[in-house]
Amino acid sequence: MLRQVEGSKAVAAAVAACRPQVICAYPISPQTHIVEELSRLVKAGELTGCEYVNVESEFAAMSGAIGASAVGARSYTATSSQGLLYMVEAVYNASGMGMPIVMTVANRAIGAPINIWNDHGDTMSQRDSGWIQLYASSNQEAADLHPQAFAIAEELSVPVMVCMDGFVLTHATEGIDVLDAAGVDAFLPPFEPRQLLDPDEPVSIGSMVGPDAFTEVRYLAHLRQLEALEVIPRVAEQFAARFGRDSGGLLRAYRTEGAETVVVALGSVFGTLQDVVDAERDEGVRVGLLGVTSFRPFPYAALAAALAGARRVVVIERALAVGAGGIVSGDVRLALAGTGIDQRTVIAGLGGRPVTTTSLRELLGRAVRGELPGLTFLDLDTAVVERELARLHPSARKVPS
Amino acid sequence: MSATPVKFYQVGSFAVGNRLLDPELRSAQSEQDRANSLTSGHRACQGCGEALGARYVLDAAMRASGGRMVTVNATGCLEVFSTPFPETSWRVAWLHSLFGNAPAVATGVAAGLRATGKQDVRVVAQGGDGATVDIGFACLSGMFERNDDVLAVCYDNGGYMNTGVQRSGATPPAARTMTTQAVGEHPGNAFGQGKDVPRIAMAHEIPYVATATVADLRDLEAKVEKAMGMHGARYLHVLVPCPLGWGSAAKDTVRIARLATESGYFPVFEAERGEVTSVRPIRHQVPVEEYLALQNRYAHLFSPVRRDDVIDRLQAMADRNIARYGLLEEAHS
Repeated sequence: MLRQVEGSKAVAAAVAACRPQVICAYPISPQTHIVEELSRLVKAGELTGCEYVNVESEFAAMSGAIGASAVGARSYTATSSQGLLYMVEAVYNASGMGMPIVMTVANRAIGAPINIWNDHGDTMSQRDSGWIQLYASSNQEAADLHPQAFAIAEELSVPVMVCMDGFVLTHATEGIDVLDAAGVDAFLPPFEPRQLLDPDEPVSIGSMVGPDAFTEVRYLAHLRQLEALEVIPRVAEQFAARFGRDSGGLLRAYRTEGAETVVVALGSVFGTLQDVVDAERDEGVRVGLLGVTSFRPFPYAALAAALAGARRVVVIERALAVGAGGIVSGDVRLALAGTGIDQRTVIAGLGGRPVTTTSLRELLGRAVRGELPGLTFLDLDTAVVERELARLHPSARKVPS
Repeated sequence: MSATPVKFYQVGSFAVGNRLLDPELRSAQSEQDRANSLTSGHRACQGCGEALGARYVLDAAMRASGGRMVTVNATGCLEVFSTPFPETSWRVAWLHSLFGNAPAVATGVAAGLRATGKQDVRVVAQGGDGATVDIGFACLSGMFERNDDVLAVCYDNGGYMNTGVQRSGATPPAARTMTTQAVGEHPGNAFGQGKDVPRIAMAHEIPYVATATVADLRDLEAKVEKAMGMHGARYLHVLVPCPLGWGSAAKDTVRIARLATESGYFPVFEAERGEVTSVRPIRHQVPVEEYLALQNRYAHLFSPVRRDDVIDRLQAMADRNIARYGLLEEAHS
C-alpha cells in the first residue's frame, strides 16, 4: 500500500525492516533524517534487538560498523559528502576485510566551496574503494535497494553503498510502498558471517599482508565484485518475485528499443529523463534512456548489450573529474570500445543545480543533430566564468565552448 | 579455548616465587594453563616493553574474563610484530582495523556482542601512544564519553616507534626523536607540550583509570583484573620502555620502567569516577637523572655539555607528580 512519506523515512523503515543489529549514527545533511527516524524507531520499540550508537564522527561510525560486523552483527550506517570523505580510511578497511556493512549515502557535493546540495562527487570519489555501489532512481527504489543491499553484501561478504540523491530524494515526500519487517523477513535471511571474532574459536582478523600475497587478496576482491554482477540481478529478481516491483538490478532501460540516441545516467535524474524521452518520442525522435543502477561492479557486458542498437550515447554525469571530465563516461567508453558508437559527456546538476527538462531537451536536440561537443557543462553560466577569467587574466581569455 | 603448553623459556614469574603464594594471590603468568594470549615467535625487538606489557595485560584479562574476551588492536608495533600474514602470535580473538579507530571499533564490537546476545564476552582495545593520545584520541574520548563497555589499554613508549622513532603527543620534553632531534639551542622535544591522557580520561569521569609500568607486573595484572571486574569505559595507561626508541639496553627495560616510577617521573595510580583512589608510593626515591642516564634519547643532556637547566626542569616535573599524587606519602589504599 502506498503511503505519502518522505524518502528518508521510507529508507529508515526499509533499513529497520532488515533488522539491523547495530546502527552507528552521526548527523550530516542531507542524510540526517534517516538516522533520526531510525533513532525514533529504536527508542519507540518498533525496531528491537538493535543497538543504536551515537558516535563522535563518521570515521567512528564506519569503525563501529566494522567492529559490530566482525562479531556477526548486521551493521548499518548512513552518511553524505564530507562525512563520507571523513570516513574514507575505514571505508576501504571495511571492504578490505570483507565486512558486509550496508551504508546509505545521501549524495551531496564535496567542498570547497562548501555546498550541501546534491551531486555524485562524494560517492564517485569512492569508486575504487571496493564497495558495491547501487544508485537509486527513485525513492521507491532507494527503499527497495536496502533489503537487496543486505542480501548482496551478506552473500558475498562485500559492503554495499546505497546511493540516493540528497534532498531530491531524501527530502521529497511522495507515495511509497513502505517495507515492513514481516515482508522483508521472507526475503532476507538472517546474517551468517563468513568470519567471526569469537572467543570460542579465536582468529586473528586484519593481519599485515606483504608483497607475497597482497595482489592475490586484491584479485580475490575483484572476483567477488565480478560475482556480484550475477548476484545483483538475481537478488533483484527475487525481490520482484516477492514484492512485485522492479527495483535494483544492474541497469534500468527505458524506451531503448529502436533508439538511435541513448542517454546514460545515474540516480534521480532518471525520472526527469523519462519525461524528456517521452516528449521526444512523441515528436518522433528516436531516443531512449539507460539508467546505471550498479556502478560498482560496472556491468560492462550488460551495458554494451543494452546499447548495441544505438548510434550515439550521451552520458549525463552529476560529478566531475577535474582535469579529465566525466567519470562514468570512462567506463561507458570501455564498454563500447570498438563498436563505433559515438559518445558524448554532459556534466549536469553539480552542487544541486536543477537539471530541467527544458535544458535536457535542448541538449538532446543538439546531440541528435551532432552538435554536442565531447564534454558539455549543462547550463554553464558563461557570463560568470568570463568575468572571473577576465579578473584573473586581464589578457582576455575565452571560455572553451 | 584450550590452553597452550607453557614453554620452559616462557615461564615468566612462575619461576620466581609465585609458587610460594596462596593460589588466589599468584600471578596469571604463574599458571601453567594461562592463556598465552601473545605467544612466542613474534618479531618484537629484544627487551620490548610493549610485548611484555601486552602479554601480562591480556593474560590477566583472559583470566579475569574466563577466556570470554575479544581484542581490538590499533596499527603499530604491536600489530606489526605479531601478525605478519600468514603467521599470528595471538591466541585470543583479535581484530586489527586501523591506526586511529581501535576504541571506535571496540565500541562496535561491544554493541555487536550485546545485540547478538553475547553480553558475557568482554572487549579490550589496545594500541600504542600514537594510536591512543594522537590519531585515535577522538575515538578514545568518544568511547569514554558514551561509557561503552570497553577496557582501552595504551602501551606508552613515548613516540612513533614503528615508523622509526618520531615524536608523539606522549613524547616527554627534551627527549630526542627523529622529528625532535638533539640539535640546536633546545635539543630534543619541547617543554610545555604533550598530553596527560590518564588525567584527561579521569576528566571523563569514567569508572576506572589506572597507570602502570612493566616494572611492577603484579600491579599491572591486579589493575587489569580490577578493570575487568567493572563495566563501562575503563582506561589503563602502561609505561613500556622501548630499547630502540629510547636508546637503552634491552636488559634495562624493567629497570628503566622502575626508575621512571621511583623518581616520580611516571606516577602510578588508580582513579575511579574522576577521583584518585590509590597511588603506588615511591619506595626508594631516586633523582630523575638516574632514569635519564640510561637512555640515549637524553644523551644530549649529559654530553658534550651537561645541561643542568634541562635536567632540573625534568626533576621539577617529577617533583610536581610527587606532590600532586602524594607519591612519598604512606600508601592509603
